[in-house]
Amino acid sequence: MEQRGLARLRLPGLLALLAALAARTPRVSASGDLNLWPLPVSLKTTPRLFYLSPGNFFFGHSPTSKAGPSCAVLQEAFRRYYDYIFGFYKWHHGHNKIPSEMELQKLEVSVIMDPECDSFPSITSDESYTLLVKGPVATLTANRVWGVLRGLETFSQLIYQDSYGTFTANESNIVDSPRFPHRGILIDTSRHFLPVKTILKTLDAMAFNKFNVLHWHIVDDQSFPYQSISFPELSNKGSYSLSHVYTPNDVRTVIEYARLRGIRVLPEFDSPGHTESWGKGQKDLLTPCYHAREPSGTFGPINPILNSTYSFLSKLFKEISTVFPDEFIHLGGDEVNFNCWVLDMISTMKKRSIVWQEVYDDEGKLLPGTVVQVWKMGDFYKELENITAAGFPVIISAPWYLDVINYGQDWRQYYSVKPLNFAGTPEQKQLVIGGEACIWGEYVDATNLTPRLWPRASAVGERLWSPQEVTDLDDAYRRLTRHRCRMVRRGIAAQPLFTGYCEHEGRM
Amino acid sequence: MEQRGLGRLRLPGLLALLAGLVVQAALGTRRTQTPRLSASRDLNLWPLPLSVMTTPRLLYLSPRNDFFGHSPTSKAGPSCAVLQEAFRRYYDYIFGFYKWPLGSDNIPREMELQKLEVSVIMDPECDSFPSITSDESYTLLVKGPVATLTANRVWGVLRGLETFSQLIYQDSYGTFTANESNIVDSPRFPHRGILIDTSRHFLPVKTILKTLDAMAFNKFNVLHWHIVDDQSFPYQSISFPELSNKGSYSLSHVYTPNDVHTVIEYARLRGIRILPEFDSPGHTASWGKGQEDLLTPCYHAREPSGTFGPINPILNSTYSFLSKLFKEISTVFPDEFIHLGGDEVNFNCWKSNPAVLRFMRNKRFGKIEKLQSFYMQMVLDMISAMKKRSIVWQEVYDDEGELTPGTVVQVWKKQNFPMKLSQVTAAGFPVILSAPWYLDLISYGEDWRQYYSVKPLNFAGTPEQKQLVIGGEACIWGEYVDATNLTPRLWPRASAVGERLWSHQEVTDLDDAYRRLTRHRCRMVGRGIAAQPLFTGYCEHEGGM
Repeated sequence: MEQRGLARLRLPGLLALLAALAARTPRVSASGDLNLWPLPVSLKTTPRLFYLSPGNFFFGHSPTSKAGPSCAVLQEAFRRYYDYIFGFYKWHHGHNKIPSEMELQKLEVSVIMDPECDSFPSITSDESYTLLVKGPVATLTANRVWGVLRGLETFSQLIYQDSYGTFTANESNIVDSPRFPHRGILIDTSRHFLPVKTILKTLDAMAFNKFNVLHWHIVDDQSFPYQSISFPELSNKGSYSLSHVYTPNDVRTVIEYARLRGIRVLPEFDSPGHTESWGKGQKDLLTPCYHAREPSGTFGPINPILNSTYSFLSKLFKEISTVFPDEFIHLGGDEVNFNCWVLDMISTMKKRSIVWQEVYDDEGKLLPGTVVQVWKMGDFYKELENITAAGFPVIISAPWYLDVINYGQDWRQYYSVKPLNFAGTPEQKQLVIGGEACIWGEYVDATNLTPRLWPRASAVGERLWSPQEVTDLDDAYRRLTRHRCRMVRRGIAAQPLFTGYCEHEGRM
Repeated sequence: MEQRGLGRLRLPGLLALLAGLVVQAALGTRRTQTPRLSASRDLNLWPLPLSVMTTPRLLYLSPRNDFFGHSPTSKAGPSCAVLQEAFRRYYDYIFGFYKWPLGSDNIPREMELQKLEVSVIMDPECDSFPSITSDESYTLLVKGPVATLTANRVWGVLRGLETFSQLIYQDSYGTFTANESNIVDSPRFPHRGILIDTSRHFLPVKTILKTLDAMAFNKFNVLHWHIVDDQSFPYQSISFPELSNKGSYSLSHVYTPNDVHTVIEYARLRGIRILPEFDSPGHTASWGKGQEDLLTPCYHAREPSGTFGPINPILNSTYSFLSKLFKEISTVFPDEFIHLGGDEVNFNCWKSNPAVLRFMRNKRFGKIEKLQSFYMQMVLDMISAMKKRSIVWQEVYDDEGELTPGTVVQVWKKQNFPMKLSQVTAAGFPVILSAPWYLDLISYGEDWRQYYSVKPLNFAGTPEQKQLVIGGEACIWGEYVDATNLTPRLWPRASAVGERLWSHQEVTDLDDAYRRLTRHRCRMVGRGIAAQPLFTGYCEHEGGM
């Protein structure tokens, strides 16, 4: 019997006890040997093998589950995971040769509390789950659908094909929940436009790595692809071209696709700097710069002294707060007084704000509860210490700027980051709500986003999900190599970690 | 009128003269009419030709089936597969990726470019393979109603078709447009290569073919195929099938004889040579799996340690194996050259083996490098006997000066490579430069600028020495590269090397290069190559990515 990670059980002890009793045979199959990514909190496997037949396996709802076939999040997930498990193989096996006592016929899903089938995931969503893999019926139990989604991913990662091609899983018992509630990927659709299909692919890959926030840095100096209902001229004039826009329908598609995977879409409308493209479609919004007492013809940040600025922003953010269901809006920001005003405005819309660290650094009075995102690499631990001491929640990105590329296995340095390794009280540590891997767009578009992001972001994914004791680089390399091949098999062009090959890389 | 590059003509003077006259005539009549150079037209050529003259006069094209044709005086005709295939390809590149077909009825006849007529002056070499001496020069005269592309051989036609396709753009109404122009062009260096590594990671044939497409867009003419190495042996040998049966990553990670043939022919049709590298005596761990007794057993404390080192240079069986293998390779790959590797040999294993040491004593080899020389000389002689020429990595030269004359030395070590170029050429050996162009070494930002700024002939030496620099190669080693990331990592960074090796040495303006390369990259994207962006911005036709 093998145990990984921490046995920090949050589920009823009875389940664990049952699994422990089930351990009989002394050998662990090598290929079944733990290819999980990110590693769960507690994992026990036995050498006992169960076999699955694509024609005789199904996902189902437990009779006692609070969720049923009307729950779209689960029905969609069942179909998806059936494909991930069985769909990419060329041959199907009859199930007649599997002795019934060795067959795993069903994964029964049970949601204990209000399933939240029609809700959007949030920062407080419960993603914990318990997975008991045994024959003939395995069980996946969670408080909410969000935990079921995470558990389905884990379940799919437990199944492998033995050397005869039979789908196989070891008897196992898994209890799991995330270390941090905010686990994000930042994409930048202003420096380069990313087609919707590329964003959806990214959401797929995020789900494979248990990320739960897509931080959508949607506009910036270079272009304004967000098509606003209130201010259509912003994208008409500010986008690269009319084919480089996100229509309201596109945005809805992204939000719903993400929701079905338990992923929040966090919109960022960065201001007052980084707004050059805004000025093209909104007159008098930007500050005219002067040179030698004359207007120089160039424009700076948003003009903070005009009433028109604030009525514009109020209307725009009102729209944004309606279009994007998430509780948070990211305001970017680097000028304090201005941001105070915007922060107040957002709070009147019953939303919470996230800002980049400058807003805190410049010593403005932030509204309590404003989240500060730390991105500057120089002594970011000190910054974490300061911000949490002031009582603000933080998101860490500083060590995870994945657009900054290097030769070799830089995933190791992302993996080795210790997010809580700063001086502070336990209460301060609690204020670190998570982190984000950022793939800024200066040198990234649809041609290279996917291989540049994956599997490097996977290292961040495990750091944010798994217990802090999970730090073994050799084991991580072994698991991540296989996890990367799994992503490739599922259609994600994740680049290699090092020399070698994947069995199912033919689709690339 | 605009002139770029140098008028260092290598074509028969008559052609150039004719072309010049025609353009002057055209200018005389047109200059006053259209004084403005269309902005989008302004030279998006990559790599920049030797001489480009354009006038503001615009010509309009419509997609007609007989757009490309052979001149009645051409030595090549419809039976020339290289050209027929190229006509179809370039028709697609020019017209094929746009959604609406345009009628030709709305184009005034005097403004129409109806046809590109191709003329090959000498034996066209339609059924030959390109070689290091292939003539790639061409002259392109774009005028209405018939443009002409003239070259000595089909290889020049291929390069000229690429240039022609780069001259055509769609105006704001979607009409295919070209400026009247006159281009005379030929390459600066005859060897312009991309090195791919299919051992560290297997690259599917379709990925290799994509790479060949992109190479043609950048006028590269050599695919250096580092086909096997320590990690895997994907080359399926007819004589020694066990090499790939045991040495490949899996049976689906092999290149069958048919695959190899496909790659060679696909490359030939694009005027690209396939240069196979079978690197030895180091980098051969995968060879040992399918060929018993080939590798040197290493010793530890006078006992065999169970590990193996480089190829065992003291056994007769080694040389009979190599002779048979290279015989096969020299037949399978038509190129005049075979790359023998010879780099990074770890001598420790040889030094540990008592039999090797005994052999060295008997041969009176003072130092271990002598053994490496002995081995390489045996292989070099083998290759000469097969009427092929050899290319080796620089260590083979470093370890011993007495190489077979004519052996080409590839310089890859970055540190002080101009000094190495100076030494090798002073000794009279031709060289290929790769040292500054290891594209697998990635970093943040626009590293293409440093590749672009390399001056290959910037070393101490006589004009004769400079002549010995036959070209260079951009290398994308495979440790961190496979089919998932090869294309965006290679392009457009390799394009910078492409222009450095094709265009005149005075073409060095980084701003102009940035402008042209940005558009060239978009052109590649439009043609299905996932070339990554240089910096912020967008391409009009990037929807296919």
